Amino acid sequence: MIADLGFFALLTAFLLAVYGCAAVAMGLWRKETAWVSSARMAMLLSFPLLTISALTLVYSLVNLDFNLEYVASATSRSMPLYLRATALWGGQAGSLLFWSWLMSAFASAVMLRDWRRDRDLQPWVIIVCLVTLGFFLSLILFFENPFTRLWQGVTGTVWSALWQPNAAQPYFPIDGNGLNPLLRHPGMVIHPPMLYLGFVSFVIPFAFAIAALVTGRSDDRWIRVTRRWTLVAWLFLSLGLLLGSRWAYDVLGWGGYWGWDPVEIAAFMPWLSGTAFLHSVMIQEKRGLFKQWNMLLIILTYDLVIFGTFLTRSGVLSSVHAFAQSAIGPMFFIFISATLAISLFLLSRRWRQLRSETQMTSLLSREALFLLNNFIFVSILVICFLGVIFPLASEIITGQQVTVGPIYYEKATGPLWAALLLLMGVAPLSAWRASTARTLGRSIWKPLAISLVLLLLLVSTGIGNPGALLGLWLCAFVFLVTAYEFWRGARARSRTRKENLAVAFWGLIARNRRRYGGYIIHLGVVLIAIGIIGIEFFQQETQGSLAVGERLDLGGYSLEYESLAEFQTADGRLVDRAVVNLYQGDQFLRPLYPRRDYYFESRQPMNIPGLYSTIESDVYLRLVDWEPVSAQSATFKVYLNPLVNWVWIGGLVFILGTLVAAWPERELIEVAEPARFRERAAEARG
Amino acid sequence: MRTRNQTRPYDGKSDQMRIVFAIGFLLLALVGSVGTASAQEGGPTPSPDEVNAIAKNLYCPVCANVPLDVCGTAACAQWRQQIADLLTEGYTEQQIYDYFVQQYGPSVLAAPPASGFNWLIYALPPAVLLLAAFFLGRGLLNWKSEPVKGHRATKKSSNKYRQRLENELKARR
Repeated sequence: MIADLGFFALLTAFLLAVYGCAAVAMGLWRKETAWVSSARMAMLLSFPLLTISALTLVYSLVNLDFNLEYVASATSRSMPLYLRATALWGGQAGSLLFWSWLMSAFASAVMLRDWRRDRDLQPWVIIVCLVTLGFFLSLILFFENPFTRLWQGVTGTVWSALWQPNAAQPYFPIDGNGLNPLLRHPGMVIHPPMLYLGFVSFVIPFAFAIAALVTGRSDDRWIRVTRRWTLVAWLFLSLGLLLGSRWAYDVLGWGGYWGWDPVEIAAFMPWLSGTAFLHSVMIQEKRGLFKQWNMLLIILTYDLVIFGTFLTRSGVLSSVHAFAQSAIGPMFFIFISATLAISLFLLSRRWRQLRSETQMTSLLSREALFLLNNFIFVSILVICFLGVIFPLASEIITGQQVTVGPIYYEKATGPLWAALLLLMGVAPLSAWRASTARTLGRSIWKPLAISLVLLLLLVSTGIGNPGALLGLWLCAFVFLVTAYEFWRGARARSRTRKENLAVAFWGLIARNRRRYGGYIIHLGVVLIAIGIIGIEFFQQETQGSLAVGERLDLGGYSLEYESLAEFQTADGRLVDRAVVNLYQGDQFLRPLYPRRDYYFESRQPMNIPGLYSTIESDVYLRLVDWEPVSAQSATFKVYLNPLVNWVWIGGLVFILGTLVAAWPERELIEVAEPARFRERAAEARG
Repeated sequence: MRTRNQTRPYDGKSDQMRIVFAIGFLLLALVGSVGTASAQEGGPTPSPDEVNAIAKNLYCPVCANVPLDVCGTAACAQWRQQIADLLTEGYTEQQIYDYFVQQYGPSVLAAPPASGFNWLIYALPPAVLLLAAFFLGRGLLNWKSEPVKGHRATKKSSNKYRQRLENELKARR
């Protein structure tokens, strides 16, 4: 009964999406705003309807209504309550419903904004949101319905159908299959919602961009309206990627956090184009440049979001993430192709109209360096895209399956990341419009000189790897430039306003959140880069079989095998847990508990490492094998991951910076016209 | 008449010789068997780290996108053992990769072999990068030298316009 309510709410939401599109079309055709208002109401109504639908599914999951095929496949009696509830996004059908629910929430929030200045954009924003929502709802209704039930015929055959077949009775399995063990981790509870939030929020700037293209508005109003949406999308996508990395580090047990898995890259690609877009729109706002390019970037980001969902959901590329496979792939493919073709057609129609308003005057100006930044981001994106689709292309063209692993991505993108770091150091010190080598050199020489001294110090410590030295020098350089910018701003404010330095520093950030939020993000990136350099260049590992009491040494640490216990848990696991004492030299630090969990329901093992974390490094211990009954000996693999925790610390700084940049500014509300117009007006006044 | 004992009087030396020969034979046999055994094995047993160094560059043929050195399945443990056996038999690293490709296809390699169609994956990124850099450079240079029509008049054009305006005004006067 409850599930029927969910299904009908879902069906009504879909019909409303179809109606909304038709109503907008009617409104535009007849030039009657009442139709558009009606479509807006349809959009707004989709949110409560999908909330009902999602809640009924959560209710069924929590109460283990195994008659629903989705509940039987994603939960089991042994699962704790929070995992049953979050199984909403643990399987294919549920995650599509969750995606749609988030989409309707964001689209409804946009509908509630003040549209007085953007009446002409509204119908097209509604239509883009409704088409996207309608597409996902159609996938749920016709291909992956979470409300499909299990039925048993007179012969005992069990099958799934939405409605009761002839001579069949509802079938209730005794227990469900349970959630994929990989997803039974607190990180996985939060990771998918963050990623989905990031994905769906990018639909909003895309919708405004399409509206601007259709209506022929070549100003940057759409960018100004959606700036915060874009930052929110980027924030959630970044959070999703970070949480996913942490989950991989804690759960997958291979000693790292990023394996260049196709599905990781699927989430990373919209982040790359989104980051390029975030930088590039600043130039349009400031200088009226790159209008066509910004349109291209947001179209690309939207389609990469759908492409990312397609890769994860269609099972077209098999990976640890692509746990579900279904027949929705062709639908996604058609949708991506259609939206891309229509968007590019609209852009081509407005191409001339979207030409830059001014010209670039210096190759060292900030806008030129931002363009270079965009070029690098897009290059990394192209490399990632090629790496993801190449196995597919190879299989289609040559019939041969190939793997494109981390080695390809690391070699191809490594120099580009270094170039990005360098730009991150140089660009903040270059001026808008006119910047010469002389002016740039004058502002850069101090941080550059200190960073070179730091490089010499690093060399003197015995670090000989050129790649690591270059990376660490770049990190030092960017850090110093950013700190220098904070110092210069705070000192100037302190002098002019007679404030003490701390107050001036706080005031500086509060008065220009976008700029200084961006600098905080840069600091976060530097810390993340230090962590990456640490693990990429200095990771050590060894493996050994130890009898009880024997030790394995690595990088100044010593691990002594003490015991191994096997026991069953209430949530359906057979756990083999080793106790290994960790020493640094002769000093006992603490015991580590690497274990292997075997899930009876899914017959799937998981290796959970034992971890000893310090700010300097992680000792990451993995239980590989053991002597079955006596447990007198066991095999362990141990990794020493230097500086890895800086990745997580940097991630937090990064998120903090994004929050600062996205926080509403009083100045922005006061100013109605773009900065470049004010500048020109000032110039005209003399 | 010579009794058996008389014909070969016992002095103890021949028995000693027999023992020496027997020990020598045993030693030879032992050395021979050890030699044969070691010839069959081809070398010392490789360490897990040596095995993992190779397994790291191979992907589990069953579980997609999982490197062989960290895959936890029983099948992968067997494949790691296979690497150890091949190393013991004297296979080089490259020969082991070739063996795995022959057995399970090129998807076991961490990166596609640089041959045939696979060249594209190595050639395309630098080609795209160079092409994009060329257009970017050209665009930047043009941008710097060419004004955008319709937005800002150059000195020359504004002078022309001003001249025309002055002429028209003169004509009206």
